[in-house]
Amino acid sequence: MTFLVTALIIWLLAWRLNAFLAIQAQQKLMGFVVPALFGLTVLIIWELLVIGLAVPGVILPAPTAIVVAFSTNIHILWDDLVQTFFKGALAGYTIGCGSAFLTAIAIDRSTFLKRGLLPVGNFLAALPIVGTAPIFVMWFGFGWQSKAAVVVAMVYFPMLVNMVQGLSASEAMQRDLMKTYGASYWQTMAKLKLPAAMPFAFNGLKICTTLSLIGAIVAEFFGSPILGMGFRISTEVGRLALDVVWAEIIVAAAIGTMFYGLVTGCERGVTFWHPSIRGQSAP
Amino acid sequence: MTRAFFSALLPVLTITAMILAVWYVGAFSLNSKWSKDQAARAGETLTVSELIASTMSQDRPRLATPHQIAIELWDSVIDKKVTSKRSLVFHGWVTLSATLLGFVIGTALGVLLAVGIVHDRAMSLGVMPWAIASQAIPILALAPMIIVVLHSVGLTGLFPKAIISAYLSFFPVVVGMVSGLRSPDPISMDVLHTYAASRWQIFWKLRLPASLPYLFTSLKIGIAASLVGAIVGELPTGAVAGLGARLLVGSYYGQTVQIWSALIAAATLAALLVGLIGWIQKLTLRRMGMD
Repeated sequence: MTFLVTALIIWLLAWRLNAFLAIQAQQKLMGFVVPALFGLTVLIIWELLVIGLAVPGVILPAPTAIVVAFSTNIHILWDDLVQTFFKGALAGYTIGCGSAFLTAIAIDRSTFLKRGLLPVGNFLAALPIVGTAPIFVMWFGFGWQSKAAVVVAMVYFPMLVNMVQGLSASEAMQRDLMKTYGASYWQTMAKLKLPAAMPFAFNGLKICTTLSLIGAIVAEFFGSPILGMGFRISTEVGRLALDVVWAEIIVAAAIGTMFYGLVTGCERGVTFWHPSIRGQSAP
Repeated sequence: MTRAFFSALLPVLTITAMILAVWYVGAFSLNSKWSKDQAARAGETLTVSELIASTMSQDRPRLATPHQIAIELWDSVIDKKVTSKRSLVFHGWVTLSATLLGFVIGTALGVLLAVGIVHDRAMSLGVMPWAIASQAIPILALAPMIIVVLHSVGLTGLFPKAIISAYLSFFPVVVGMVSGLRSPDPISMDVLHTYAASRWQIFWKLRLPASLPYLFTSLKIGIAASLVGAIVGELPTGAVAGLGARLLVGSYYGQTVQIWSALIAAATLAALLVGLIGWIQKLTLRRMGMD
């Protein structure tokens, strides 16, 4: 009972404190402190509620139990990460986004193909492609290759659609200017169309970071060697070792955020000229 | 009419035909090894036309051909009774009901949270970064755990899948709805201030109408995600019913044609749902004069 009361008090205090902090003058600092405090409060209340209500570990493990599971299983988690992310997801991401990029450039000259590809690509990008996982597992075996193939299928169309749109993002006036310079097709491509397509390309790349992880993890539910994040999640769920599952989810969340952050960082470097980036970095 | 046909439909048809052609060629090259092996075992050699015919009509092909899938779809959608366990309509309905229930829950909660975020600064600063960060997290990985945990609490059947669908549609709706509710330009807000409109009135008369285009865009993403969630949610339950169960059973028994027909059914369902929301969006925005 005392745990529950403590949880309630902490929640009210943190709420008041956040409400107070949110109206403070230092915007930049508060933009970091307030969400951190919110996250911390959630964790503390979670811990207290699990202890106070005596929630069994097979339903919801306490954050401390998850941290313990994380540190005791760190080698397993690392091996799973290598198998699922560095082998499966990253290989598929590179191949899928790379080939979509090249396809977009290849069909850029034909308005006819572009007009046909956009609706079809948009349609295919909205489909539950992750369902192709059993087929790819059948074709490429249980190893990481089948996971990479699923990821390729998942990221290809979102990337392609974004890239095709991006390549037509340059304005007629700008293209005319390139013509008056006597620029060849490939010069126009390199100096005008590709740079203009970069905001769209990065939009696609960012969407695909999450898709690639989802694809690699879900594909492992359909068959996998004895390691991998999706394999670990499904087997540990079966053994009701939910603290390990949560530890694995923390790893997935961390690597997903880092991957996304990395792509966003590249985006800032490449599309520094775009208004949405310029506006943010202005003092 | 013919002009519209040539500018819009013909390119789409061409691309579709190209995809089908690649598919058939792929089916031929992937399936021919099995046909050749069979023939070699029987001590025969196949002519080219026999080889092609054989690759197009295997029972368990490595890559099912479009016409095989079409026949399987016809059999399991039209020919079977809807109540039969072999009917795709039955399995589709199982998945669809979980998807819709979850989508409604997720959207409702998402809109509520977005309203809270827009009106409360502490919530905006505290919750919004987490909502955005959550989009980079493969939350689908939580699906098996949610199913098992809810099962051990005594919840089975439709509801656990709906929960997965709900949280997959939740975050896109929150993020889209927050930017939508914040989209009215300062001039419009100022006008309402000069009218001495209350927060409540500003919300109903300006913020909510302005947010609808954003909301519909998020809803389209959300419903597609909900469907994927429901399908993946069916995997750990031991494949009782639903399109996900068809996928899993198909992969256990090597029934590729069944996998593909379940996939096409899921794809059609996704396209119909997204199309339905697009249609509602068009009607609504036209009535509001925003289209």
